[in-house]
Amino acid sequence: MNLNIFIQHFINALSLGSLYGLVAVGYTMVYGILRLINFAHGDIFMLGAYFVYFATIVYKLPWAVGVVTAIILTTICGLLVDRIAYRPLREAPRISALISAIGVSFFIENFAVVVFTGMPRPVVQPPILMKPIELSGGVRLIPLGILVPVVSFVLVGCLLWLLYRTKPGLAMRAISFDIETTRMMGVSVNKIIALAFGLGSALAAVAGIMWALRYPRVEPFMGMTPGIKAFIAAVFGGIGSVPGAMIGGLILGFVEIMSVAFFPTLSGYKDAFAFLLLILILLFRPTGLLGEKLEDKI
Amino acid sequence: MEMLKIEKLNVNYGAIHAVRDVSVNIERGEIVTLIGANGAGKSSVIRAIMGLVKSRSGTMTYTSPRDNKPVSLQGKPAEAHVKLGIALSPEGRRILPQLTVEENLALGAYIRDDVKGIADDIEYVYSLFPRLKERHRQKGSTLSGGEQQMLAVGRALMSRPDLLMLDEPSLGLAPILVEEVFEIIRTINSQGKTILLVEQNAFAALKVAHKAYVLEVGAVGLSGTGAELLNNPKVQAAYLGG
Repeated sequence: MNLNIFIQHFINALSLGSLYGLVAVGYTMVYGILRLINFAHGDIFMLGAYFVYFATIVYKLPWAVGVVTAIILTTICGLLVDRIAYRPLREAPRISALISAIGVSFFIENFAVVVFTGMPRPVVQPPILMKPIELSGGVRLIPLGILVPVVSFVLVGCLLWLLYRTKPGLAMRAISFDIETTRMMGVSVNKIIALAFGLGSALAAVAGIMWALRYPRVEPFMGMTPGIKAFIAAVFGGIGSVPGAMIGGLILGFVEIMSVAFFPTLSGYKDAFAFLLLILILLFRPTGLLGEKLEDKI
Repeated sequence: MEMLKIEKLNVNYGAIHAVRDVSVNIERGEIVTLIGANGAGKSSVIRAIMGLVKSRSGTMTYTSPRDNKPVSLQGKPAEAHVKLGIALSPEGRRILPQLTVEENLALGAYIRDDVKGIADDIEYVYSLFPRLKERHRQKGSTLSGGEQQMLAVGRALMSRPDLLMLDEPSLGLAPILVEEVFEIIRTINSQGKTILLVEQNAFAALKVAHKAYVLEVGAVGLSGTGAELLNNPKVQAAYLGG
């Protein structure tokens, strides 16, 4: 394999991995706070892709406006899911919210089939993102391939800043350890939970938009596989940990792209590798790479 | 001046009637203590005041020194209490283990936005508990029991409460630390804060308290000034090992 092709694969893996990471961050934030696996998260990702498709291709808005509109609409959907499907179950046994999450996921997917039809729709990529740039040594890069990881890292950086340097971030970290104590400090817990859902949905929207540009099409079930893989990434990185989710996403992206690059005959098994990874982590390191065992309350 | 008036408070946990017709009166500037055996309902009273458990019946009227307007605490969520000027240092300390000492204190000041005032109050807490200053960047989980207790009290002070409620602040502490904690309770009170203290250590609590209530299986058995109860033969026999 020559250097040029390796660099292509490397960029590809970085793009795919950072997309998994962006989605994984949403899983991990909600899990960290509510101990809930938000199965509808992959479908929120799909909605982001559809919204940008309608905004830019059907309604012909400029890309910048379309992207912002899609992020806002997706965030609203994420907040609605929390308000309608999870918040009434806050005091219920955890399994109830989990079942609700599965129900929401099926609902959104099938609602999308009815409203958008099941037909995949092609996404027209903005030419500026697709025009290859020649680097020295004959290496050619597509701007989209650079844009995806850059946007992802910047957004996760902003999220970390918010979590570790702002008051709502402090409250979010506190809630994940002890909801009752955080409440008695004057924190409106439901607002902070909504913030977590909103941020997670906005990041999923960005990921969905970039996904739709990379594989230029949208379809109602496009969130399923990336959603599950992002979940694997979140578990791998240590569920509850934001940096862990990003690292887990990147590792998964690299495993997937590089295994196919070096062993093309195994390409049909790439999803199987992801699940094998999940099984191995759960067997040997259930807390993931950066996950901390929750300490018993003293 | 009246600050908190509780009348005929009843709290149930399922079929268990944990608090029965408890009436407690707290005047501004006082240290009031609730003493009693384990399971007598002391913590339940404090948790009901804070809005962490729902009471079945009774009234809880709080008059804030900020505006002198009586408000009912009944049905208010816990997060609303802090804004009224009530703070709780809970039983078991409930330090957030993965947050640093300073972050725990910052969380206590969550409802405030005056950056300068918060910084001053953090220094004030450090002056009360110099050990916390030494450990300000350490995670809560690495502190000793005594340090965690100091942090819990300091964190409750960070909202600048008028009424500070302390649930079992001496539980599990070495005797020398117990003395220190009660000394600090007296200091905080002398600086103008009203204190409601729930304690199993009846002797220490009665020594600092202006007024005390003895809870027995959920109901108020005896009440009086701290000194009266200290000299009461029944209290001595039951709680003071006399």
